[in-house]
Amino acid sequence: MEDAVGILADSSGTAAILAGGSDLLVRMKGGFIEPDLIVDIKAVAGLSDIRETAEGFSIGAAVPSAVLGENAALKKAWPGVVEAARLIGSKQVQGRCTIVGNLCNASPAADSVPAMVAAGAKAVVVGPSGRRTIPVETVPAGPGRTSLAKGEIIEAILLDKRPPHAGDAYLRFIPRTEMDIAVVSAGVNLTIDDKGSVKTARVALGAAAPTVLLVEEAAEVLVGSKLDEATLERLAKVCSGACRPIDDKRGTIEFRRKVAGVLARRAATTAYQRAGGK
Amino acid sequence: MAGVAVSTTINGDAVEYLCQPDETLLEVLRDRLGLTGAKEGCGTGDCGACSVILDDRLVCSCLVLGAEAEGRRVETVEGMAHGDKLHPLQQKFLEHAALQCGICTPGFLIAAKDLLAKNPSPTEEEIRFGLAGNLCRCTGYDKIVRAVQDAANVMRGA
Repeated sequence: MEDAVGILADSSGTAAILAGGSDLLVRMKGGFIEPDLIVDIKAVAGLSDIRETAEGFSIGAAVPSAVLGENAALKKAWPGVVEAARLIGSKQVQGRCTIVGNLCNASPAADSVPAMVAAGAKAVVVGPSGRRTIPVETVPAGPGRTSLAKGEIIEAILLDKRPPHAGDAYLRFIPRTEMDIAVVSAGVNLTIDDKGSVKTARVALGAAAPTVLLVEEAAEVLVGSKLDEATLERLAKVCSGACRPIDDKRGTIEFRRKVAGVLARRAATTAYQRAGGK
Repeated sequence: MAGVAVSTTINGDAVEYLCQPDETLLEVLRDRLGLTGAKEGCGTGDCGACSVILDDRLVCSCLVLGAEAEGRRVETVEGMAHGDKLHPLQQKFLEHAALQCGICTPGFLIAAKDLLAKNPSPTEEEIRFGLAGNLCRCTGYDKIVRAVQDAANVMRGA
């Protein structure tokens, strides 16, 4: 890993990190990037592993989405994160694409990112000045841009160990049934107490702003509730209000605002059921 | 630019080649090794015509660099038949006329082979879902699905 960081840090010209390649090779093909240097991180020891630790899960940067879907423990603990990762591209793409790549490609519509942000996932960043662990939502800086410095590589994504009565879910809207880019999306993660009241919550929206949105006000709406109708309606309203979307061929501002609320509401309901709430 | 020397295994044979660092596996297969079964449809991972199996994983060879095949196993459509004996999937694609122009067919055959290796008795829905990464503009998919179902029966010895 230190060698890879060193090579990147010492490089002049355009450097690219290769994991699954499902974004990088498309950008190369389209002439959007002509790297002078490509660092393939798949050979770095440990980066292709999912490790279960005392603190939770550590997902290596080179683990493809298909492998996430085959990990029963991860699926049980974080079904929302896994279902989001499994929505990226086709089966062929699933064999290659990674959630770290999805994060670093910094598309506002990245499927796994709102799910990771809702899950409170952290990114382990290795760079010339050492290792640091940062919240996933601080990585994207704008469409196609990240906050990472030259020579920095995300080594792994960390997900916490789950307490009892916890659930997460991710939903996106696309006009097809699969293999499409999110028009707008929502990830919800929550924990509930023995009586079914929400103890903690995180709500994130995708394709609703230049970067993923963590909507704290939406989480506040959920906490203390049992997801009754009035709460869900307020959640939808807050999420719609938090959006700062664009108008494009895939959806209008008005449509994205409306659907963000609907998806947040449905994702919250699923997360609540997964947490054991009724 | 100096080439990258790669040692890999393709359809069970040890293969060595030199490629450029930015050359895709699809380009290596077709242009350097003469394995023209995998087709370039879109070149961006959307159509599946270039599908190959890389270490037991179905991938688009247009989204893999030739240099990445180092030390790995690649399976292409050329490895499916044994001499003159077609693979059951190939045989059933012919019998069911599951192709017209044929450009997508190698990708479908490889994707179906991967599907049946992991799930020998797929439902129709599982077949359609499993082959969703492969696009066909001719058949409307129904004949492909039937061919895969029939081949699955044969391969299970039913």
